[in-house]
Amino acid sequence: MTKILTRTGLAVLAALIGVYLILPILIVVPMSFSDSSFLSFPPEKLSLRWFRNLVDDPVWLESAWASLKVALASSVCSVVLGVLAALALVRGRIPFRNTIIAVLLAPLIVPYVIIGLAAYIAFLQLGLTQTTLGFVLVHTCLAVPYVVINVVAGLVAVDRRLEMAAMSLGAGPVTTFFQVTLPLILPSVLAGGLFAFFTSWDEVVTAIFLSGPEVTTLPVQMWSGIRVQIDPTVAAISTLVLLVVFGSFLILGLTRLIRRLARRRVTGPATNTGA
Amino acid sequence: MTATLQTASPRKSTGASISIDAVSKKYGDNTVLEAVDLDIRAGEFLTLLGASGSGKSTLLNIIAGFIRPNSGTVKVDGRDITSLPPHKRGFGMVFQHYALFPHMSVADNVAFPLKRQKVAKNEIRTRVAEALEMVELGHLGNRRPAELSGGQQQRVALARAIVFRPRVLLMDEPLGALDKLLREQLQLEIRRLHQEMGITFVFVTHDQDEALMMSDRIALLRNGRIVQLGTPEQLYAEPNCRYSAEFVGASNIFTGTIQANGFIDDADGQHYRIPEGADRDGRSLMIRPERLHIATETAFVPESMNRVEAIVEDCIYLGSSRTVQLRTPAGRRLLARTDVPRVPDGVVPGARVHAYWDVHDSRVLD
Repeated sequence: MTKILTRTGLAVLAALIGVYLILPILIVVPMSFSDSSFLSFPPEKLSLRWFRNLVDDPVWLESAWASLKVALASSVCSVVLGVLAALALVRGRIPFRNTIIAVLLAPLIVPYVIIGLAAYIAFLQLGLTQTTLGFVLVHTCLAVPYVVINVVAGLVAVDRRLEMAAMSLGAGPVTTFFQVTLPLILPSVLAGGLFAFFTSWDEVVTAIFLSGPEVTTLPVQMWSGIRVQIDPTVAAISTLVLLVVFGSFLILGLTRLIRRLARRRVTGPATNTGA
Repeated sequence: MTATLQTASPRKSTGASISIDAVSKKYGDNTVLEAVDLDIRAGEFLTLLGASGSGKSTLLNIIAGFIRPNSGTVKVDGRDITSLPPHKRGFGMVFQHYALFPHMSVADNVAFPLKRQKVAKNEIRTRVAEALEMVELGHLGNRRPAELSGGQQQRVALARAIVFRPRVLLMDEPLGALDKLLREQLQLEIRRLHQEMGITFVFVTHDQDEALMMSDRIALLRNGRIVQLGTPEQLYAEPNCRYSAEFVGASNIFTGTIQANGFIDDADGQHYRIPEGADRDGRSLMIRPERLHIATETAFVPESMNRVEAIVEDCIYLGSSRTVQLRTPAGRRLLARTDVPRVPDGVVPGARVHAYWDVHDSRVLD
């Protein structure tokens, strides 16, 4: 009896924490459909005028496009760099391994304001502020730790003997990586890539330093939008951004499910008859 | 069936000889192999036998190219391959835990080495089918490794290691993860493969029975050195040291010293005659259990035999034979193995008997 009570209590607690985490995010969704000219909750009348406003104003589309480019490019770069770093950390025999790990993971700990300021000062002299390249460089640096953490965990789980077997069968180091190691760590690589994408996609602190009339990313546009005029356009764009985030996680989950089902159908149930 | 098997088996190729010269391997202060010399003949089945930590797996990995020795050379057919990376050596290898690629089907696993050699697609298909047929798994090509039993997985690993017709096949305790029945079945199959293919097999095991049954020759390793190299018969009948005698087969060992009139047991001062030409510095006398006989009356012991009094502790029935455990008054435990019909009537636990052996069936060892 007490067991059931404990279990129910824990379930309720978990649900409450879930609501606590999700609710503040979801509150922008009804606000974006409001008819009112001010951010208000709950909305009195529903309307799509702020979404129309969004489409009519080219600033939003431009900054969304800039954000997408930066996020895609920096996730590709951080995946390449992160996978290489993870390979060296797990498979290589390298000195000062712990120091290298600390440096690689530093962007997780160093305040983004400091990174942003440092990048701004350095990039001013190099002419990299307000350029897509500048954003990609900084966001790659911020995203590499997520890729490294994911891929290291994936690599540790891959039996070294599989790579040895591949080599004994005539595969060189590069072929072994692409034919054996990469397919086995692909889920971790994709997860790392997804983290990297969203690290860049919603990053605002360093982006404020690097933004300007030439290039402005979506979060910076939202931030400055909310400072000059408090109207529900920002809520509308927030709703769209949320749609992108939840949508991509949903697609990832669905593809995994489909692949698992497909595999089961092709091979049929396992029958272990005899040796 | 024989006819199809004939056409289905890979072409008989010739094995390569491997010559290992003064190979040493150290990890820090820990010496794993110490100046090992070993000549593996072309086409032979050689087993590296030893306890864990003897260096047998390290030696195999040096042959495979996964471990670089600190010194010494490895040659194949006279060509130095010491610093050649594993993927250029062209040796097949089978691992204890199968090491099948989990993301590929059985057929793709077997096709892997052929794809690396850029073999034409049609030929890959026929050769994969041939190899799977050889290990009697022709019908499972589309399965994933995870859907097979341990024995089936190891057969796939074997097929994958021989499909590209290597001249040397290396096996690192390939049967260690299988249960007894399956292990015995695969032992016979690996022997058959060796006879059919005619290539050099280097097999690592810690199981002396497996080594005796499968090998042309056995190299017994201990603490990074080869203590004895020879045919299974030589290792069993003519062990060159106490370690070898105790590792391969069961043995009865008396410790003592050699004096002018023979061997003196240091436990009870008993005196035994020894074979002529025995090592005068020897400190132990070894008799295999099947060479130790039991008599209930001293009158039944032939005059020329060495003998010792003992008490029967246990009498174990093993179907075709019976193992009798004895204890001498000085506390030495002895084993005698006899065919069941030849066990005398009075041999029951607690009985006082006479154990005896022919002088020529004993060996003086270190």
